[in-house]
Amino acid sequence: MATVDYPLERPREKVREFSFSETLYKWVATVDHKRLGLMYIVSALLFLVIAGIMATVIRLQLAVPNNHLVSPETFNRLFTMHGTTMVFLVGMPFVAGFANYLVPLMIGARDMAFPRLNAFGFWIFLFGGFLLYYSYLGGGGLSGAGSAPDVGWFAYAPLTESAFSHGSASDYWALGILVSGFGSIASAINVIATAFSLRCPGMTLSRMPMFVWVMVVDSWIILLALPPLSAAQIMLELDRQLGAHFFDTQAGGSAVFWQHLFWIFGHPEVYILIFPAFAILSEVIPIFSRKPLFGRPAMVGAVVAIGFISMGVWAHHMFAVGMTSWGNTFFAASSMLVGIPTGIKIFNWTATMYGGKLRFDTPLLFCCAFLFQFLTAGLTGIMLAVAPFDWQLHDSYFVVAHFHFTLVLGLVFGLFAGIYYWYPKAIGRMYNEKLGKWHFWLFTIGVNVTFIPQHFLGFLGMPRRIYTYSPGRGWELFNLISTLGLLFQIPAILIFVWNMVHSAIKGQPAGDDPWDAWTLEWSTTSPPPEYNYEKLPVVRSSRPLWDLKHPQDPDWKFE
Amino acid sequence: MADNAVALNALALEREWTTPDRGTVGIIMLIITETALFSMFVAAYVIYTGKSLTGPYPKDVLEVPIIATICLLSSSFTVYMAEHSLVHNNVARFKVWLFITILLGAEFLTATGLEWRKLIYEDHLTIATNLFGTTFYSLVGLHASHVTVGLFFLLLTLFLTLRGFPIETQTRRIIFLSWYWHFVDAVWVVVFTVVYLIGR
Repeated sequence: MATVDYPLERPREKVREFSFSETLYKWVATVDHKRLGLMYIVSALLFLVIAGIMATVIRLQLAVPNNHLVSPETFNRLFTMHGTTMVFLVGMPFVAGFANYLVPLMIGARDMAFPRLNAFGFWIFLFGGFLLYYSYLGGGGLSGAGSAPDVGWFAYAPLTESAFSHGSASDYWALGILVSGFGSIASAINVIATAFSLRCPGMTLSRMPMFVWVMVVDSWIILLALPPLSAAQIMLELDRQLGAHFFDTQAGGSAVFWQHLFWIFGHPEVYILIFPAFAILSEVIPIFSRKPLFGRPAMVGAVVAIGFISMGVWAHHMFAVGMTSWGNTFFAASSMLVGIPTGIKIFNWTATMYGGKLRFDTPLLFCCAFLFQFLTAGLTGIMLAVAPFDWQLHDSYFVVAHFHFTLVLGLVFGLFAGIYYWYPKAIGRMYNEKLGKWHFWLFTIGVNVTFIPQHFLGFLGMPRRIYTYSPGRGWELFNLISTLGLLFQIPAILIFVWNMVHSAIKGQPAGDDPWDAWTLEWSTTSPPPEYNYEKLPVVRSSRPLWDLKHPQDPDWKFE
Repeated sequence: MADNAVALNALALEREWTTPDRGTVGIIMLIITETALFSMFVAAYVIYTGKSLTGPYPKDVLEVPIIATICLLSSSFTVYMAEHSLVHNNVARFKVWLFITILLGAEFLTATGLEWRKLIYEDHLTIATNLFGTTFYSLVGLHASHVTVGLFFLLLTLFLTLRGFPIETQTRRIIFLSWYWHFVDAVWVVVFTVVYLIGR
């Protein structure tokens, strides 16, 4: 059947120098999923740096007791903007960016299902980010100079009501996140339609790469979980601008209602954020272990199960509110239930590595660290799911340590693995492996030094969001160590940025398939042409490139 | 070295290959996510029912909008008839049914406008008056804004068709518009039940 009647040599794009304005126009007006994906990822990285600088200031302020580096007001704004940026302007665009870049390539499609909707999603997200940051200039409203929102990233009512939050800062928070949420919904609809409708011939759902599966479930969660946040923000704006009473306790409104709305969004949101890491690990670990993913159907089942359970656990953020004991019991039990499918995933990743021919390149290193660290994060999560334990440690640094372990030592490690793994595909050149390893070790040491001591600070009773503390409570040492972690983290990030930029110019040409991988994106050129595939590929198993490279032993014989 | 992609294309396929239509998937996803949005406002209405500290209360001022409801619900039928005519390539009948749908939708919006006018000017109920006003205007308003969007697209379709645009080439999109309209109707059934039957 393999008669080839067209030239093997692909027509290269004409090499012509584009002027700056032409290049800019090409990027701004693009509807190409790869360019949009890269723009999502680059803007997420920029916001990551901004939010990282805020985190640095926060840690410097807390390094020693009775510090006066920043004022209490500035500190409130710092942690609000740090959290909001990290969740909505770093995590969410990473989801959309990776899904955009990889889903069409992996299922053998030429673009997303709705390319223009895709471009709309990106630009409205970026607009939302700018709107949020504009508060630094215009947050004071008519009454004067700017001030960023200072209400915390979950913006609990009634603190956000106009009686307590003057000026326009909270409005910028609500509106900026509202419109960037529309962008997330647009991109989620797009991912689902792409994965269902544009699969190349032969790519049944059971052969769809694990990455795409996870991103589809992720998009489902976005579709169901983002609207509650939008609803909450619309209600908040109705309260603030038109004098409605949703969260106005004096008129019978309920502040707890905001908490419910926010966490109905907020807890699925943490799964939305961590899923890209799951997706990346499920691709990277098999390639660098030279073994197919262990228990693929169980992995799909686990990710769907997490998607379902995630919708019914939100009130474990609210144990301290004073719910009924039935409520506490239900949400404690459902939260602990998440441990089962997550345990399946961790087990299967480990089992994939077990007995494999491991190649410890940078992507796999980040995956290995993820396994250890995310397991720790999961265990502290189960501890916090126990309602009485949560009463003790609610709003303490233990919680801060827990979610930074999931999101920094989990998600960010997964993202770095993915960035290193697909860098040669997206850029066409290899990154510098030596610098990659430096980045890995410095970053791993740095974040562990920063976040492990925060568990102990929580046990010692240090509440989150305090701008300083008095000496003699036993918090000095751990706070100082936590801040010292920056000495490793900052050089790690600088090395990463240098590696990415320098390798894009000077790196070795990568070739189509530098990792000897198995999924479709490695069959086209690096970087892929605008149309991805001249002729749509045809697949017969979940590892099409393996079949091609091993005609005597193809996967489809066993599936 | 793109021969891998080329070689993959040459593989034989075991059976015929079809995937769902992307527009169908897209509109279903849109309806699902809109459902999630509406549920929150419905939940707000239910939770705050009877929690208003001051009047006016629903039982004093709300009148059941029977005619508007009949109009909106029957517009689901007319939009289906329009779609049906188009699928059977009868553009003339399509125009008639589309026009009737627009009239029914416009009647519904007018009725809502008049109801709000009465509530605001005669009963002095605004969004800021009490919790009833807050939840009533936001839920009914969210629904009315969706009716407005649907009406805009119906009008656009009618306008284009009357200008001679070959609407039969866009049957797929008309079907999606009709689904959206059915969705807006279905939401009204919930809003009507919650606001005018239970909440009163």
